[in-house]
Parts: sequence; structure tokens; C-alpha cells
Amino acid sequence: MPVTRGFTGKRRGAAADQQRAERLPPGQYDTGSDWPSLTAEATPDVDVERWSMRVDGLVETPRSWSWREIHDLPGSSYRGDIHCVTTWSKFDTTFTGVSVDTLLEAAGPLPEAAYVMAHSTTGYTTNLPLADVTGGRAWVVWDFDGRPLSTDHGGPVRLLVPHLYFWKSAKWVTRLELMASDRPGFWEQNGYHDRGDPWLEQRYQGDP
Amino acid sequence: MTAAVETRWTTARIAAVERDGTRLVRLRLDVDGRQEHLPGQHYVVRLRASDDYTAQRSYSTASDPTDPLVELMVECLPDGEVSAHLHDVAEVGDVLEVRGPIGGWFTWTGDVTAVAIGGGAGVVPLVSMLRHARRLGIADRLRVVAVGRTLEELPYAEELIAAGAFVALTRENLGSRVAAPPYPEEVRDLVDLPTPAERAYVCGSVGFASFAQRVLGEAGMRASEVRVEQFGATG
Ligand SMILES: Cc1cc2nc3c(=O)[nH]c(=O)nc-3n(C[C@H](O)[C@H](O)[C@H](O)COP(=O)(O)OP(=O)(O)OC[C@H]3O[C@@H](n4cnc5c(N)ncnc54)[C@H](O)[C@@H]3O)c2cc1C
Repeated sequence: MPVTRGFTGKRRGAAADQQRAERLPPGQYDTGSDWPSLTAEATPDVDVERWSMRVDGLVETPRSWSWREIHDLPGSSYRGDIHCVTTWSKFDTTFTGVSVDTLLEAAGPLPEAAYVMAHSTTGYTTNLPLADVTGGRAWVVWDFDGRPLSTDHGGPVRLLVPHLYFWKSAKWVTRLELMASDRPGFWEQNGYHDRGDPWLEQRYQGDP
Repeated sequence: MTAAVETRWTTARIAAVERDGTRLVRLRLDVDGRQEHLPGQHYVVRLRASDDYTAQRSYSTASDPTDPLVELMVECLPDGEVSAHLHDVAEVGDVLEVRGPIGGWFTWTGDVTAVAIGGGAGVVPLVSMLRHARRLGIADRLRVVAVGRTLEELPYAEELIAAGAFVALTRENLGSRVAAPPYPEEVRDLVDLPTPAERAYVCGSVGFASFAQRVLGEAGMRASEVRVEQFGATG
């Protein structure tokens, strides 16, 4: 691919120290203390009194939890980096909620379940292989850096799958549907990659 | 929803560069193996340094789908890595890596009546929608609200005014309209008249988008019918 005449690049200075630079997947920049917010839909007003989180589809027992019930489950935190397909990465974030493993254990996935569709109150959906949300790699979270997650960032509750691009971490999540076969979610139908691994730069359809 | 079309990286030659005012640059690109876009879609532009360091950013298309060239309008941000290069350095004949068109959600093809509200560079995809509507003779199906600080800073200000868009400036008066963001009544008129709009599009910074969504809600627009594209500063 051609070199751009006159372009030297600025942003690499932003992740100046080697250690930080190594934590940046290809094509990403360090957004520092900023946390850009990108949304496809109007930000919803979610009433926690009426909110519930549901796990259904290919499970032994469909389960749902109210706001109070989900807080009574054993909690779990993630500390680490997050990466957005729009090219920012944010280092050392802390999210607290519950591990998706805990929710799945309660519902009992059937042997044929291989994929998950995450659904939001807004109608937003995103699909994931079951293997990407199990084994301590995904959370349903309500706290960010020790404070309630703001509505802009998906509060009161969002999915967190930090090893994939952040559109997979559905904001305002209310339902995980287990499926036998894969089905594209919202952005996946709109030209984005089916899996979204930042280290492989799986941004759009046709990427590796 | 449209079927997703696979796009690959390709190259584009800059066919025209026009610097509008002090912060805007209009680029017209001749894209190799170009696929036709829908109004509202965007391209990714990737710049490459001689040591293979790259930076890529998204830019909405301003052009009508039938325009042989793809037009982008970039607002130069202070210290912006990509926008400053495009504004200060890019010249006719330069070759850029591009990928597109991308995005199947923030698009309008004329199938429904719509209100579209853009702030600053957020008017760019609305210009593509307007050009498309005018060519098809369906301009009555699209009501555009364009918000800028000053006329000089608002991309496509003259074209928007000429096309009948409602322009609200926040830092200077425009004709008899005193500087202010659009008032709820001004937006309500466009949502309601002559028939209620079926869909709304909002494009701009995070702060602008939440303002526009609130005003649309007050005007009676259902949240499920509002499509938002946010870019620019953080939120
Ligand atoms: C779908 C989509 C469509 C878009 N369409 C358009 C369009 O039509 N026109 C348009 O102009 N833009 C558009 N954008 C925005 C565009 O993609 C870029 O975000 C914009 O041009 C800024 O990129 P940049 O590289 O110039 O700035 P960046 O280098 O990314 O900097 C962004 C801001 O951060 C500041 N900054 C830079 N470095 C740092 C640092 N180290 N720490 C803290 N702050 C820093 C800069 O001063 C600047 O204000 C669109 C975005 C999306 C997602």
C-alpha cells in the first residue's frame, strides 16, 4: 500500500513509553483519560425497578434476575484495557458486576448451545461465540471505576467482553440468548466483522 | 436493513482539494473499484508514514451516490492527527488508502419522510441525503436542521440554505434569527409539518447529539425512530 506523501504521524507519541505502546492493538490509539461514547440509537431511560436480566434460548432453565437479585450474586471485577473499532483504546479501566459464567451456570446451557446473542432494551443486538463469553472473559457490569456506569456508556448495565472490540459489549443489556448456530447482530448485519478481535484487526467483513 | 456489502482497502487519488474558510477542507476522491454508497454512509481513510506507521479515521460521504467522485468534508481539529494532515498537507494527485462505503444504519434512501439534524461536521452525511433527495425530486421527504457556530464554520452553509434547510447559528445572528441553538418550537414545526416525520437522524458531537435527541423527544418523535451518529470530541 502506498505511503501517504508528507505524512509522518503524530499519535504514536501518545503511547510513548514502550510498555503502553505494546498494549495497543494495531491501528489503535491511546485515548488517555477520555472515554468517547458512540451510539447508534437514542440513549434510553432504563428504570432499575423494572429492569431485569434474562438468560434464555438453549438452556435447561431460562432464568432472570431483578436489579436486586443480580446484585446478590457473587460479584466479579475486570481491570484492564478496552478497545473500540473507531480506533481508541482505553487502558486500566475497572468494571464491576457479575461474571457471565455465573449467569450461565444458573441457567445451564444445553450441549448444542454454541453462540450467544446479546439483546439491549433498545433492540440492539450483537452475536458472540459462547467460548468468547465463558471462562472468565465476559461480565455483566454496572460499576465503572467504582461509580455507577453512566447511561451514555450503557448504564445501568452493560455487557463487557474486553478482549473483543467494544461494539460486542452491548450497552443497556437485558438478555443473553443461547443459540445453536450463529446469526449476525446489529452491526454485524451492517458490515462489521462477525467476531471483532482487536489484535487481528477484525473490523469489517472481509478482514481476516 | 440492507444486506451488508463486503468492502476492502483500496486506493483513491485526490482529484480536488478546496479549503473552505479556515478549518474546513473539501476533498474529492477518485476511488479505485468504487462501490456505490447510500446517503449517510462513510469511508475510512488511512494514512501511512514511510516506516509503515498508520492512522485511520472515518469520514462521511457528502456526495450524491451517482457522483463519479466521492466527496468528503473534513473539519481540522487542533492537533488532529488525520484531519490536520488532510487540511494542511493533502494536495491534488496524492494517493490515500480508503475503505468503504461502510455503515448500513445511518442511511436514508428516501423511503420514509425524515427530519435530519446535524451539528458542525455532523451536517456532512445530511448533505449527501439532500443531494440524493434533490436529484430524485423527493426533497419534500427530507427536512434538514443544520446547526453551526458561525456561517463560516458550518460546512456547506450556502448549499444548505439554498436547498431550504433550516439553519441555526449559535454564535452569530442569521438574518432576523438571533444566535441560539434551535428552539423546541422550531424543531417541532419541522417534525410535524406538513405531515409528521416518520424517522429522525441526528449527527454531531456527543453533547450535540444528546441535545438534539432531547429536542426531538419534546417534539414528539419516538426514541425508537431516532438514528444517531456521534463523532468528534469525547463524552
Ligand atoms: C462514522 C463517522 C463519520 C465521521 N464523519 C466525519 C466527517 O464527515 N467530517 C469530519 O470532519 N469528521 C468526521 N468524523 C470524525 C473523524 O473520524 C475524526 O475523528 C476527526 O477527523 C478527528 O481525527 P484526527 O485524527 O484529526 O484527530 P485526533 O488525532 O484523533 O484527535 C481528536 C481530538 O483529540 C485531541 N488530541 C489529539 N491528541 C491528543 C492526546 N494525545 N491527548 C488528548 N487529546 C488529544 C485533538 O486535539 C483533537 O481535538 C467522523 C467519525 C465517524 C465515527
